[in-house]
Amino acid sequence: MGTALNLTFLVLLVATALLAVFARDLLAAVIIFSVYSLIMALMWQRLQAPDLALTEAAVGAGVTAVLFVVTIFKTRRREEEED
Amino acid sequence: MRLLHNYHYIVAMLLFCIGLYTVIVRRNIIKKLIGLNIMETSVFLFYISLGYLEGGIAPIRVGGADPSRMVNPIPQALILTGIVVAVSVTALALALVILLYRQYGTLDVDRLFRDEEVEEETAEEKEGTA
Repeated sequence: MGTALNLTFLVLLVATALLAVFARDLLAAVIIFSVYSLIMALMWQRLQAPDLALTEAAVGAGVTAVLFVVTIFKTRRREEEED
Repeated sequence: MRLLHNYHYIVAMLLFCIGLYTVIVRRNIIKKLIGLNIMETSVFLFYISLGYLEGGIAPIRVGGADPSRMVNPIPQALILTGIVVAVSVTALALALVILLYRQYGTLDVDRLFRDEEVEEETAEEKEGTA
């Protein structure tokens, strides 16, 4: 039971990482990366590290995502096309 | 079968490879930073899995918890510092990205290099005429 939950989280981690990497829209990539951080926080809790889970949920999913979003609004939202 | 018991390490390696691919192949700087963050969290996952004990409990001594069943707290203390360092690295890098965009008007690494070459060439030409 516990192993199945761990495996589900790990598969979700790989899936969200791939989605974040291959998204064309940078804002979508950042939001998917924030979801990745939240799943990582759940994973820390599964590995019996509650202090890391709290820190990752607050800092990884919160502060980092806000920093990325501010940067995207100050620069540009789309990736540039190949030329 | 022994490999299957270490699936945490395999996933950590996979995530590291995804992050490394992003940092090397993708041309957009913000994408590269997302890849860097994925690499960092994969290393953290590897460390915490090393200290994990099958059926262990969190290393908090309240209510007479048995210390012999606790998971290893040392990697957790190290990685707590690591997470904070990762955030400050990301913040500094994003500040530099904003400055780069103001200067060159692009976030594409190839175009940045091209603009730099053009500037160097014009500077050399000026020196040659002077």
